[in-house]
Amino acid sequence: MSVRTLRIDGRDVASADDATVLEAARDAGVVIPTLCHLEGLSPVAACRLCLVEIEGSAKLQPACITPVSEGMVVHTATPRLQEIRRTVIELLFTEGNHVCAVCVANGHCELQDRAVEVGMDHARLPYRFPDRPVDLSHPRFGLDHNRCILCSRCVRVCDEVEGAHVWDVAWRGEHCRIIAGLDQPWGAVDACTDCGKCVMVCPTGALFHKGDSEGEKHEDPSRLAALLRARHARQEAP
Amino acid sequence: MATASAPFAALEPLLLRHHSRADALIEVLHGAQQCYGHLSDPLLRHVAERLQLPLSRVKGTASFYHLFRFQPPARHRCVVCTGTACQIQGAPALIAAMEEDLGLKLGARRGDGWVSLSEVRCLGTCSDAPLVQIDDSIGRQQTVAGLRRWLQELEP
Amino acid sequence: MSGLRYCASAGCLARGSGALMEALNTAISRGELGDQIQLRPVGCLGPCSQGPLLALDPDGDLYAGVDPQDAETLVAALARRLHQSSDQATPLEWAPARGQRLDLSEPFFQRQRRIVLEHCGLIDPTDLEQAIAVGAYGQLERVLQGWSPEQVVTELQRSGLRGRGGAGYPTGLKWATVARMPGARKVVVCNADEGDPGAFMDRAVLEGDPHRVLEGMAIAAYAVGADHGFIYIRAEYELAIERLRLAIEQAVDRGRLGAGLFGTGFGFTLELRVGAGAYVCGEETALIASIEGKRGTPRPRPPYPAERGVGGRPTLINNVETFANVAPILREGADWFAAIGSAGSSGTKVFSLTGHVRRGGLVEVPMGTSLATVVLEMGEGSPHGSAVKAVQTGGPSGGCVPADQLDTPLDYESLQALGTIMGSGGMVVLDQSTDMVALAAYFMAFCREESCGKCVPCRAGTVQLHGLLEKILAGQASHADLDQLETLGAMVMDTSLCGLGQSAPKPMLSTLRYFRGEYLARLEAP
Repeated sequence: MSVRTLRIDGRDVASADDATVLEAARDAGVVIPTLCHLEGLSPVAACRLCLVEIEGSAKLQPACITPVSEGMVVHTATPRLQEIRRTVIELLFTEGNHVCAVCVANGHCELQDRAVEVGMDHARLPYRFPDRPVDLSHPRFGLDHNRCILCSRCVRVCDEVEGAHVWDVAWRGEHCRIIAGLDQPWGAVDACTDCGKCVMVCPTGALFHKGDSEGEKHEDPSRLAALLRARHARQEAP
Repeated sequence: MATASAPFAALEPLLLRHHSRADALIEVLHGAQQCYGHLSDPLLRHVAERLQLPLSRVKGTASFYHLFRFQPPARHRCVVCTGTACQIQGAPALIAAMEEDLGLKLGARRGDGWVSLSEVRCLGTCSDAPLVQIDDSIGRQQTVAGLRRWLQELEP
Repeated sequence: MSGLRYCASAGCLARGSGALMEALNTAISRGELGDQIQLRPVGCLGPCSQGPLLALDPDGDLYAGVDPQDAETLVAALARRLHQSSDQATPLEWAPARGQRLDLSEPFFQRQRRIVLEHCGLIDPTDLEQAIAVGAYGQLERVLQGWSPEQVVTELQRSGLRGRGGAGYPTGLKWATVARMPGARKVVVCNADEGDPGAFMDRAVLEGDPHRVLEGMAIAAYAVGADHGFIYIRAEYELAIERLRLAIEQAVDRGRLGAGLFGTGFGFTLELRVGAGAYVCGEETALIASIEGKRGTPRPRPPYPAERGVGGRPTLINNVETFANVAPILREGADWFAAIGSAGSSGTKVFSLTGHVRRGGLVEVPMGTSLATVVLEMGEGSPHGSAVKAVQTGGPSGGCVPADQLDTPLDYESLQALGTIMGSGGMVVLDQSTDMVALAAYFMAFCREESCGKCVPCRAGTVQLHGLLEKILAGQASHADLDQLETLGAMVMDTSLCGLGQSAPKPMLSTLRYFRGEYLARLEAP
């Protein structure tokens, strides 16, 4: 492995040549906000929160998938980027029904955290108040589509880590929705192993433990990376 | 091995031709819809099993594409072309007339399965705009009055 | 011998060319000298708005709007001429009762230069022998027997051909990139997912001269080192699908596709993949996902398809018209091609001319021809005494060119400078009656509906933009709403994952640029 040196927000950073801009920034103590990204899952670059400016590139690049290169000069928090992030969060809030005060994830929600970070204290765009269902058919878990931001972490963790592929994204555009099986009640899908990893990685209160009430969902999605590291270490052991 | 009496046996030649490869999913869904009219849950389950794909992957993919149906088609299918040429030459008025006469919103199908109303984004024969397609006939340079007469002639 | 060619493309078929063909057949079989009158179906003959079209050989005359009832007198006139003299150059004494003989000296015909469409309208697209008789697969054979793949790539690069699907990326460079990729099992894909509403160039090529496209793909496969190809075509094009299936079958039977072509070690197999109604699948990474049997959602690039495409293999993707240019370039040489058109945009471009235009249809003109020439001269302007207000190019990813800028040459850079794009070739003429805000809302609704839903700005942003446009249309919007429309539009362009979202605001921004007054007139008083 060789090393690349680059500049992120004025700091000189040395990073592994196979690192992404997001990883290089994190190692250098620069926090770039993310939502769909989760260490341990394949990146999809869908939420667009981690877009950064790279000198010499006309287009904004998602830090989560952009590899570092020698001499790269990256800006992660320009006023333009901050405005974009605020708008992304606003688009997410107005698209669903996010009522923090009654949400299981209140206080432990990545969407809420990002909103605070980007300073989104009110929405300039109109709320759409979509009519979305709640699936309580699984004996242990629930899915509230009102709080889903379509980050697809649950789809990826179930496919890539658990290997069950219970979830997928169905339909298209504004009608996109996470489905279980053939768009069945979750509890009716045989493929589900009840492992709960989808609940663990969900950034909001969309997937939750039944029985949790307001503010009681205390999952830590970063546990996934620890779990995968442990699994990897075991496989590598002689 | 499927036999003639097995469910969805008509799909076997197509599956065979594609060696039941997962990448043929959309081709197989086309064939399945052609054989059976629509993609019912048992049919989707069968396709998933034969291609060895997760159920959610099959439904997620099928639902992405506008042309796949999950309920039987209506007996009469009314389709308004809303390509740009049709749009600027009267498609909105045609849609309004159909919605009124059929008592249906665009994109809907009547509960008794008699008729459905939908749009297509360009049939590609724009010199005849605006176009309406009802079942297998195409109405060219369609006027509202002509369309209303056409709708009245539809068999109940 | 006399020949009658009737257009059997979707447009003329819908206008009754099938009934005309049957009437002609009956008249020929009943009359004398029937064996000396050859009737055959051909591809698009051009002025679709006057169909059904019928061409006469050896005269070269073109008749428009011929009624089946005219068949008897036409066949009789042909027989009379065949009887009277051996010289078939004598003008035919016949005039249709309903239709008319078109004046081929008019700009609609004179201004055209047919390269892509050179055999479209001349040969029966369902007959491989006719295609071979005019040279189909001749360039493939020549290349396989005497050229190295590098020579083919170099020739393409020298020709200056650029992608005809919209973006105008240099074709030779694309080929060179894929050719350099390691791996023996590369893939060639033809993008026939012609999704722009108001565009039917590719449909016409596939319906009229499908072997031209197959030959271009096979040559590309040889040049880049691929052994397998896909044609991805939209399901709405039923006739084109039928013709392609037949063409592929015939080419395989006749040794033009498959293993060991023309006695060489080179082989190329081809599969047809039919879309299922998703505009976004015209985007190349979405198209690849769809070929792989998945949801047609785009993924970030890099890696580009040239590195990782279908099944992870290096993949070359070009559109129909691009492939259709390959054989003539090799036949006539790169210099010949580069000399046609304008600097930076060589060759010709096929446009589908539609909307508020007197004479619509399929035209092929040298690049650099002005919009005015195409719309006002060839298309003869708007009908019913109305004047042209603007011309929409590039579909939902493009914009409008206002009437006072119609002297703009049709090339990639000039159109871009006006805030639109060449696009795949859809050209919709708009007359004074067109409501530009409604048109912007129409295109935004299109993008909203066709958004795949993967990235947030496109999925949620197009909905908000459409809502704002509807609010303006309803007369309920304020100046602040207009500001928000522009700010959000810029944000969606800057941040969306793929070309659909990145260009979704373009029709709106373009109408704001040239017809801002129509927006302002609808705002509430401050």
